[in-house]
This record gives sequence, structure tokens and C-alpha cells, in this order.
Amino acid sequence: MNEFSLWTVFTLVVGLVAILAFIAGNAMALVWMERKVAGFIQRRPGPNQLGPAGVLQSVADAVKLLFKQILKPSNADSIIFFLAPILSFFPVALLFMPLPFSPFFTAYSPNLGLLLILAFSGINVLAVLLAGWSSNNKYSLYGAARGVSQSVAYEIPLLLAVLAIAFQHGTLNLSEIVEQQGGWPWQWNVFTQPLAFLIYFISIFGETNRSPFDLPEAESELTAGFHTEYSGMGFALFFLAEYANMVLVCCVATALFLGGWKGPFLDGFWWFLAKAYGLLFIMMWVRWTYPRARFDMLLNLNWKWLLPLGALNLLATAFVMKLF
Amino acid sequence: MERLIKQGIDLIKGIWSLGVGLAVTAWYLVNRKITVQYPKQVVPREASESFRGPIELVGQPKDPATPKCISCMMCVSACPSGCISITKQKPPKLSPEEEKAFAEAEARGEKPKRPVAPRNPATWRYNYTYCSLCACCIEACPVNSIKFSNELYLAGTSRGDFHYDLLARLKRKAAEAKAAEDAKASETKDSGSADAAAQPGSPNISQAVPEKADEASSASGQAKSEAAL
Repeated sequence: MNEFSLWTVFTLVVGLVAILAFIAGNAMALVWMERKVAGFIQRRPGPNQLGPAGVLQSVADAVKLLFKQILKPSNADSIIFFLAPILSFFPVALLFMPLPFSPFFTAYSPNLGLLLILAFSGINVLAVLLAGWSSNNKYSLYGAARGVSQSVAYEIPLLLAVLAIAFQHGTLNLSEIVEQQGGWPWQWNVFTQPLAFLIYFISIFGETNRSPFDLPEAESELTAGFHTEYSGMGFALFFLAEYANMVLVCCVATALFLGGWKGPFLDGFWWFLAKAYGLLFIMMWVRWTYPRARFDMLLNLNWKWLLPLGALNLLATAFVMKLF
Repeated sequence: MERLIKQGIDLIKGIWSLGVGLAVTAWYLVNRKITVQYPKQVVPREASESFRGPIELVGQPKDPATPKCISCMMCVSACPSGCISITKQKPPKLSPEEEKAFAEAEARGEKPKRPVAPRNPATWRYNYTYCSLCACCIEACPVNSIKFSNELYLAGTSRGDFHYDLLARLKRKAAEAKAAEDAKASETKDSGSADAAAQPGSPNISQAVPEKADEASSASGQAKSEAAL
């Protein structure tokens, strides 16, 4: 199915370009959405000056970031300092490749799509570590240390939750997992694996450094955490990667648990996007509701609750799959 | 075992509280927005009444354009930032003949009453750029001639915009209040009810002094020229 041919190369290139455009467009849309949600939750209108309902505000922000001077602290390690944001953004395009937006809109459908996503999303941790280390700044270093220990910790329950789904469907191919689910909500995996979905959804907050688990960039403690010293496009790349990762984890959740591009009627990528955006909205809602967790709470939740529950869920899934 | 049950109850309570938090923010999300967009909208008058802005003078009940102030300088010495400066009025200048008459009377051994300076201040300047709104001047004032204004929207293009002449301000306010009241009175007269002017309207100090309309218009004209200065 996936033999190397000219057609494969063509779909890969087109898919990559489309994915990059999707990421950039999404980041701007999400920044606007985030600010609107934040405003509404805090009973104010949010950005409302530039364009209808302030939609052009994020365009203006992007332009500002493009024109900003890129600064480097004098004692920073130049090569690693500039490598880190690139490394943070680089794998993101790859991570979107196996996502089945619809049967047609799938850039690349390997048998190990899920493994590809899980493997390459780990590179982001390395980027955070490099950024914090090379900045030669105590806030950055603290942020990086927190980021690494948090991401590494939350990857384990996340993996256990994803594995339970893989056990259930007997495949790591996202397209096939979606194929095996039905269109109606009770045919989705979220109903057969509610605990796995819960563990997955909690873990992605830790994975993407979102509030209430945004300790690597806790602004009240660490200025901006690991990206304190970055300005202009350096910061923009981290920012883009962060939002792209948010979209990614929500898209993966959609494919794994919410039936992907299938809906009650008229299957298509709109169902996929609607579900992913619904999850993103819940992430924003949660961010503007809960205060930041303390670091020991964060790790306690992970090691004492999510990990045992995830392991039990996996065992139960394996048992049930073997029996029936 | 007991400990486990307690932990279980705590867990359920904790999860429930998460849901409550989400419900609160969801309610705010769909609810009415409560902020106002400043240059286009301002907060209603009732909302700014409790605001404590830069200080202003209080007029005399019978003459709202003149402050109660007796130029005792208590506020000037009480102010920790030195933002108040007051000059007293001088006694009226005597003509040479009067001066001579007084000198003669004194020479005869009498004690004639020389005219004294009016107690009202000649100038009352207030530098808001230094003011910390500590209310020390308000507490120090023996005649309650200072109060906080409720000016919410202060904006200026230079530092000088915040060096206030509070005497001029008081006159302007009194004239504005009077003009507003007169407008109201004439309106109600037109509609037929003459005694409606006595109704309580906007909370203005000038309401206590019923005066003729032509005087008011001249006062407001005067106030306008002062404001322009």
C-alpha cells in the first residue's frame, strides 16, 4: 500500500504544504479564539477593535512578531539557542501527516501512524530543554527542568490510554481506527473506553503545557519559563509549536475516541474539525477556570492516579479483548 | 479503612468542585458582559459617585461659587506631598485720605477698626501629579471645605493639565449646576407645572439657592470665560 512511488511523493509534498498552512492558520484562529474565550469568561468582550469582532488582531500580532528584532543574551550558547525553536517547530509538520482528516485528506497513512506521532512528539521536550539550557537564565532553566519532568511523566499515562485503544482495534493505523468506529456517538471509542479518554484528556494538558499544568512557563513564578529570552520569530516558533501541539493532541483524541471524520450524517473532514475544535474549546475553558497546580500536586496526580488507573485500564482491555 | 473512606469522599468532593468551577465560568461565558469600552461608552453616573478622584472644594450653602475655605492653611501643612498651595487675600487697600484719617484717630488715642482681609482664599492651586489621595487635607480641614471629586475619566496631554485651579473649578461647577437647574425649571414651566422646579433633581449644591435666571446666565458666561483661561 505504501510503496515508494511518484504519486506518494506528490501526496506527501502537497500534504506537507497543506499541513503547514493549516498549522499557521489554526494558530492565528486559536489565538483569537483563546482571547475571546478568556474575555467572555472574565465578562469582558476580548479583542474587538481590529476587524469584525477583532478577528484581525492575531494577524496584527503575527506581523508584529515578524518585524521584531531577534535578541540573544550575551552569554547564551548561540547555536543551541537558535536551534531550539527550530527543533520545537520542525517535528510538528511531520506529526500531522498520519492524521485522517477524511478518507481523502490524509497526507500519509502508515501502519504505525500512532507510533510515529508518539515518537516524534517527544522531540518537543528536547527543544524545551535546549531552549532553557542555552538561554543562560535561571527562569529558563527552571522552566526547562519542569517542562522535561512534566512531559516525561505525562507521556506514560497518555501512552497507556492510547495503547488501550490500539489493543481494542488491533492496529496503530489512525485511519483504520476511525474506520472501525461508527458515526453515532455511542459507536465511538469514548463510550467503550471512557477511562482511557479521561486519562488521555488530563494527560494532554500536561503534555502541551497548558494551564492548569502550565508550570514550564508559569508567568507568575518564572516570567515566561523556558522561552523567557526569546523574542521575535524565536518566540513565534515556540508559540506556533505550542498551538500546533494543542491542535495535534485534540485531533488525535478525535481520531482515537470521537470517531474521527465520521458523523451521524454526511461524513467528512468537517466532522473531524468540529470535534477537534470542540475539544480545543474545552481546553481553553479549563485553562480559564482552574488555577495553576503546584508541581508536587501535578506529579502526584500523574504517578499516584493516572498511571495506576491507566495500567489497570490497559490490563482490563487486554483481558476483555482476549476473552471475547 | 476509615482513612480510605475519607480519602474517597475527598476525591469525590474534589471532582465535584471541578465541575462547579466549570459551571461558573460557563455561566459567565454566555452571560452579559459587564465592562464598558471607554472612549465609546462611559460608566453611568451612579457608578462613579462612589469614586474618590482628585480633591475639590465645597461651596458655601448659600453661595456655591465661593468655597467654605477660610484660608487657615491646615491642609497645606497636612499634605504629605505638598501639592496644595493657597494664597490668602490681602486687606482692602485704603485710599491716602482714609489712611490719614486712621493715623489721626490712632494719634488721638482711639482704636479705630481697620478693615481686615476677607477669609476666602485668593488662589487655591492643587497639583494632582503629586497627590496620593491620602485624604489628610480632608481630615485636617476645620470647615469641611475639601472633598473627593468623582472624576473618573482624567486624561491630559501635558503635565500642566493636572495643575488644577480649584477656585475656578468650583465656580465653573456652580454655574453648570445652576444652568442645568434653570434649563430644567424652564422646561417644567413650559409644560405647565411651575412648582416642579422644587423637585429634587440631580444632586447639585446649587439647588439650595433659588436665584433669578438672568443672573445665572451671566454667571455661566463668566464661568465659561474662566474655563477658557
